[in-house]
Amino acid sequence: MTSILVFVEHRDGTPRRASLEALGAAAATGVTPIALVTGPGAANAAAPLSAAGARKLVVITGADHYSPDGTAADIAAAVEAHAAVAFIAAASSAGKDLLGRVAGLLDSAPLADCTSFTCSGGVFTVQRPILAGKALVTAQSQSKVCCATLRSNTFAVATRDGAAEVTTLATRGGKVKVTGVTAKGDAKLDVKEAAVVVSGGRGLREAAGFKIVEDLAAAFGNAAVGASRAVVDSHWRPHSEQVGQTGKTVAPQLYFAVGISGAIQHLAGMRTSKVIVAINKDAAAPIFKVADYGIVGDAFEILPALTEAVKQAKAAN
Amino acid sequence: MKIIACVKRVPLTDAQVKVGADGASIDPTGLVYSLSFYDELAVEEALKTKEKLGGEVTVLTLGASDASKELRECLAKGADNASILLDPAWAARDARSTAKALAARIVELGAELVFCGRVATDRDQSAVGTMLSSYLGWSCVTDVTKLELTATGGTAQRETEAGIETLAFSLPAVITCDKGLNEPRLAGLKGIMAAKKKTIDETKPLDVESAVKVLKVELPSARKAGRIVGEGAAAVPALMDALRNEAKVL
Repeated sequence: MTSILVFVEHRDGTPRRASLEALGAAAATGVTPIALVTGPGAANAAAPLSAAGARKLVVITGADHYSPDGTAADIAAAVEAHAAVAFIAAASSAGKDLLGRVAGLLDSAPLADCTSFTCSGGVFTVQRPILAGKALVTAQSQSKVCCATLRSNTFAVATRDGAAEVTTLATRGGKVKVTGVTAKGDAKLDVKEAAVVVSGGRGLREAAGFKIVEDLAAAFGNAAVGASRAVVDSHWRPHSEQVGQTGKTVAPQLYFAVGISGAIQHLAGMRTSKVIVAINKDAAAPIFKVADYGIVGDAFEILPALTEAVKQAKAAN
Repeated sequence: MKIIACVKRVPLTDAQVKVGADGASIDPTGLVYSLSFYDELAVEEALKTKEKLGGEVTVLTLGASDASKELRECLAKGADNASILLDPAWAARDARSTAKALAARIVELGAELVFCGRVATDRDQSAVGTMLSSYLGWSCVTDVTKLELTATGGTAQRETEAGIETLAFSLPAVITCDKGLNEPRLAGLKGIMAAKKKTIDETKPLDVESAVKVLKVELPSARKAGRIVGEGAAAVPALMDALRNEAKVL
């Protein structure tokens, strides 16, 4: 029985959505998905991972403090123990960090941030954006083990009845250790994983101008705040919120570009969003060329009204 | 301490790209290159580390001979040596084949600290740095925004979806640099003049066949034309209606 090993991120046993999507992508290939979890509470992930398509679950034991190289060694060991033909993870901070480490240990070529992942006749074919999405590459893995990370908000979560068979594996440990995590304030969503992204640019005039963007994001509830490179370079917003070629590439259901003119580097980072709304004073701004819907005018008048309308719509649902 | 900064030249981020005639590559005609944005941070961090802990900095790349232009810019900023693994067919390499060649060269050069950019802004893989660490058997910390180094190890911070992670590691190590770590310096006139006299070391890289077969390169399909729903706050009801009933995203 050939299998795909899926690294699953979780918090006290609750899997992260992006990892469930990766598990779904594995299940959709028809190859048996095996989930791997590590860290405190990992065993609690058995039920939600079974329900999301995992046929087997490998629980790494003894890994109380996350070690990236230790986890990579554990994944490589599990891949070899199960003779898995592929290793996949979400293209998250942890997934991207693990991809090259695991690929190196397995002497295989990595494929990052895939937007399509299929297997036919034992051969894995992926599609992945390059140059921040200005071009798409379709490629076949010719490695012993196909190693890939998958973009969030791109693959469907699977459902399955039945319980995954659970095995444990003691961690090998690593040289690098996480000694602390300073959580973000009020559990803010990451711009890569939010269903709705509200991004602001220079048109907001100053850092304090982002208040109207934050209010709209808060009204949605499932939204993250994004930013253009210009405002990150001006230190109005942190780099973690930057959307575009030297920031993050996002693909939410709904993307708002507020006071963003639409430089090619920014467009590259958000053009695969399902629906794009642009709000800009300048009717000739390039952002309107990629937007599905546009409003021309002053963001400081439009956004409060839009925030109110979204609140009412949410209350009515 | 021997410090290496691994760098790559990439098309400028404002480049408009075209697909090559074979349908499986990017047409290099008319592309203008520069160091990948994050590799500038790697060079700066290597120079800062040398200034603090002593040692020498070598900038290392795998590429065609025209990459010597970018290497010379690094020499002008203060790098001591530059080394190019000369491969006119570098574009046909995958991350594994590049990492194996770089790792072999890093061992030859006797380095114990390697800085890379978080990602090269052409292939967007973020893989070579971490792969190097696996092939070398070294520590590795990625996407670093804050770094404290001693002669034997260090601590680093990186941003994740959950917050800011602090990591402790020992040397030798590979460190990949993210925006926020430093502000790259500009080369001075003296540095530029001195760099002109330096020789760039050229060696043949380890031959490793690619394990990724590119079937197709294409441009993403153009988004269908949208529309302006109106002007000012008065357009909000029309936008809400479109989002709810047309796009069905509310």
